[in-house]
Amino acid sequence: MTAEKKIEQTMEETKMADGNRGLHYEENLLWEKERSDHSGVDMPAPEGLALRTGFAPRGDMGLPQVSEPQALRHFVRMSTWNYSIDHGFFPLGSCTMKHNPRLNEKVARLPGFAALHPLQPESTTQGALALMYELQNWLSEMTGLPGICLSPAAGAHGELAGIMTIQRAHEMKGQKQRRVILTPDSAHGTNPATAAMCGYEVRNISTRENGMLSLAAFKEALYLTDPDGADVAGMMVTNPNTCGLFEKEILPIAAELRKAGGYFYCDGANFNALVGKIRPADFGVDVMHINLHKTFSTPHGGGGPGSGPICVTEELAKYLPVPTVVKNGENYHLETEADRPETMGRLKGYQGQFGMHVRALTYMLSHGGDGLKQVSEDAVLAANYILRALEGDFHAPFAAQGPCMHEALFTDKKQKENGVSTLDMAKALVEHGFHPMTVYFPLVLPGTMLVEPTETESKAAIDHFIDVMKDIAAQARLENAEETFHAFPHSTPRRRLDEVKAARNPVLRWK
Amino acid sequence: MLKTIGVKSVDDLYTDVPPSAFVKGRVDLPDHKGELEVERILTQYANQNHNATQGPFFLGAGVYYHHIPASVDHVMQRSEFLTAYTPYQPEIAQGTLQVIFEFQTFIAQLTGQEIANASLYDGSTACTEAALMAMRLTRRRKVAIGNTLHPEYREVLKTYMSNFDDAVIVDGAPDESCACVIVQSPDFLGNPAKYDEWRKICDETGALLIVVINEILSLGLLPAPAQADIVCGEAQSIGISMSFGGPHLGFFACREKHLRQMPGRVCGMTEDADGRRGFVLTLSTREQHIRREKATSNICTNQGLCALAFTVHMALLGENGFRDLARLNHEAAIKTADALEKVKGVKIVNESFFNEFTVELSKPAAEVVEKLAGAGIIAGYPLEGGRLLVAATEMTTEDDIETFATVLEEVLA
Amino acid sequence: MGGLKFTQDHECIYVDGDIAWVGITKYAQDALGDLVFVELPEIGKQVKKKEYFAVVESVKTAAEVYSPVDGEVVEANDNMPGDPEMIAKPLKEGGWIAKIKMSDASQLDGLMNEAAYEDYLKTI
Repeated sequence: MTAEKKIEQTMEETKMADGNRGLHYEENLLWEKERSDHSGVDMPAPEGLALRTGFAPRGDMGLPQVSEPQALRHFVRMSTWNYSIDHGFFPLGSCTMKHNPRLNEKVARLPGFAALHPLQPESTTQGALALMYELQNWLSEMTGLPGICLSPAAGAHGELAGIMTIQRAHEMKGQKQRRVILTPDSAHGTNPATAAMCGYEVRNISTRENGMLSLAAFKEALYLTDPDGADVAGMMVTNPNTCGLFEKEILPIAAELRKAGGYFYCDGANFNALVGKIRPADFGVDVMHINLHKTFSTPHGGGGPGSGPICVTEELAKYLPVPTVVKNGENYHLETEADRPETMGRLKGYQGQFGMHVRALTYMLSHGGDGLKQVSEDAVLAANYILRALEGDFHAPFAAQGPCMHEALFTDKKQKENGVSTLDMAKALVEHGFHPMTVYFPLVLPGTMLVEPTETESKAAIDHFIDVMKDIAAQARLENAEETFHAFPHSTPRRRLDEVKAARNPVLRWK
Repeated sequence: MLKTIGVKSVDDLYTDVPPSAFVKGRVDLPDHKGELEVERILTQYANQNHNATQGPFFLGAGVYYHHIPASVDHVMQRSEFLTAYTPYQPEIAQGTLQVIFEFQTFIAQLTGQEIANASLYDGSTACTEAALMAMRLTRRRKVAIGNTLHPEYREVLKTYMSNFDDAVIVDGAPDESCACVIVQSPDFLGNPAKYDEWRKICDETGALLIVVINEILSLGLLPAPAQADIVCGEAQSIGISMSFGGPHLGFFACREKHLRQMPGRVCGMTEDADGRRGFVLTLSTREQHIRREKATSNICTNQGLCALAFTVHMALLGENGFRDLARLNHEAAIKTADALEKVKGVKIVNESFFNEFTVELSKPAAEVVEKLAGAGIIAGYPLEGGRLLVAATEMTTEDDIETFATVLEEVLA
Repeated sequence: MGGLKFTQDHECIYVDGDIAWVGITKYAQDALGDLVFVELPEIGKQVKKKEYFAVVESVKTAAEVYSPVDGEVVEANDNMPGDPEMIAKPLKEGGWIAKIKMSDASQLDGLMNEAAYEDYLKTI
């Protein structure tokens, strides 16, 4: 047997044994480990006082039991199976995966914030309230909208807060007959879901072939069932939209909506394109949520926590959810329903995701008014650079009509002819050490790929991404491309996973 | 880069933006600052608060001051977890996905339920989502609140329910027109609930039994609410700092037959192309990005990183540690109750409790709390009149109890 | 598959007296990909023509199944949620989702026969 063969055979055997190889470790579930007798946390033993719970103590819960080093190894090994921003480029459109500065994390852990209880007397939490007040001011200045409520827990929660604020306003004005919310077909799924949750009928505005809204299509939707649009409560529009384009006709559309008595809700998912440079109030927005975890760099954490403050016009401010922070003389105070009876109510316990407020304000102070403007400019510059570099290799549906904003849209039209789909190319990117772009969203065209580089990538990193994308395009032109691409990825800890099996026979816990 | 794009300046890229929408000059915000300076400013804000590390602390009311082992924060701050995205690309997110699977298992075991989701924003929204789910399942529009529910949970429920013209909240036991009854345990005043009685009423009326737990550690000592149809609440106590109200960790568990009406993300086990075990987000057709206006909820995200903290802390505690920690909390509360009982002007209201109980004071509670705060003691949550809600945890020392009792006696004198 | 009727939304219908058996066509099945779940209507549910009465789900899509006629759901295929691959079977052999008692059978008149449906598929 040659030495090479022997190594190969040994590798195969090692793999057979436990799947570990080099720095790649397989890791079983906590419940599959031997149950030790001792806790991984060293703490004093209970004294054995007679219980006053009214019940006998609970029996065995079936929880696992491992030591501290075992637990750490477990989670550290699992962590190595994740891709993250700190690994590399993360061009996930609509998600704004920018660098997460660690200063944010450090300050959020100061005991003065972390060990603070939300229901302490206000006299003992003035610093935290002052911080929230300052964050409200920053958001207000950046959006041009004076009424701010920080309590929504995430973007979708902010949408709910915003739409319910609009609903409350109509109700207080005796306009309860307004039952319709207009949304373009390119909207995020949360928009129609939110409107439906508030009991609204969702009416579609069709997007034009150039990926944008037109005043004509908007008017058609607005006046569909009522000549004055008196049944329309408002519209939910993302601007820049989910095709990465600034809605060119937004001013006349907003004016028309206002004339009909509806409010303009702007989904803030794409605020990174505007921050410090364009204020949403100046293009007619009445209500907007801001994703602190996108534009203001609070970590995505593998899916939350997010934070979705909402910003509204002066007219709507009194209807905002409680609590909001107000300043009376030198004192900061949390306004509740008793202070502001016109409010739409409370949407979350306590003050919102305060830890995220701390991180976001830290980011804002670090960037300042000057840096935030540059955020927008660099994000837009990077997206356009990618658009122009790749428009020859990939179908870029809107490239011919001009620049994009902070994200560039492509489709798989060219590659599909040779059997290679958007999903295949996403998996090819995974194989090449990247997180894929957003795929199959927006829904306005088949096989879309939405690339958002953000401002925190260097030119070198972007060039590298472009090179890899060009390689993928070249590979997709080869004769056996379909087969090659279907096999991607093969260097990851797991290859393509069987989602059909997962959904048909759901196994949602260890047993 | 501009050359590749073919424009002269960055401003040429904003061609679709109407000129009137641009900020004239610059936003009225200060210039950027260096790391040291920013840290200094933030530290000043932090220092203006009186935090739980600075003196005796007896406030709970749904948020509890617990010890967090150093390993929890270490794992949370690992880049691979902290800066990862929602695990939509399972091949490069198995770490996050397996954590969620373990989290779901922990929650199902603790609550005595069959399945759990990948978490929700917090206890208040989890409670509301449970009521909405019961309304979908029963097609009834009335929600009964069985005992003393956390007042902010109640407010959140009321706000969400206002979206339905015909939805009502009633107090007390459910009747045949109720979608569910919400029973908090221990209730807001600290009394553990007896589930069998509630189960019986629910079986008679067809209402679902929703049990809300906002001190999840209580499940290490109190019986599991296995009789419930839905168990939800707040899991902040395990691994997550109080952080002035958030981010915390809502949990949601229910019976398997109701799976398709359950809100929020779920992770499921499956196999990869080579037949190896792996995990994916599944059943997403219930969710907003597919069902749009017909989704079970508009929820998009979970509280991923908080669920990780919980899972790490649970792994460290294990069966024995979780049980002992629950017991230590109960014992701290017993000792606090015993000490307060001896104070003139204080009466313990509860017959039974876990780590929190209500006392009746001879003076208005709000006033007493304010005075004790002035002396560096966070005494608890003032209820109406002289009633005060007092919590103790493993953080509570004998000295804390003694100081509290002594100063309270002075204030009440 | 003689005697079947088809809608433009890709439902297929087998008519048995005043009962319509409703399923989805192979074209719809291919477009959806592997089905993972079928949400059935309740027995006794009143349905209107073009209103949805069931949902078929693949991993990434949920598609509504519309009733071809006004009527009442008299039977639902309880085996299907647990075994969604049944949808591929011929209607009469288990590929039906629900049976609807028609209140006005003349509503079927506008539907396509198999040949017309084949032609229709070529146009989309």
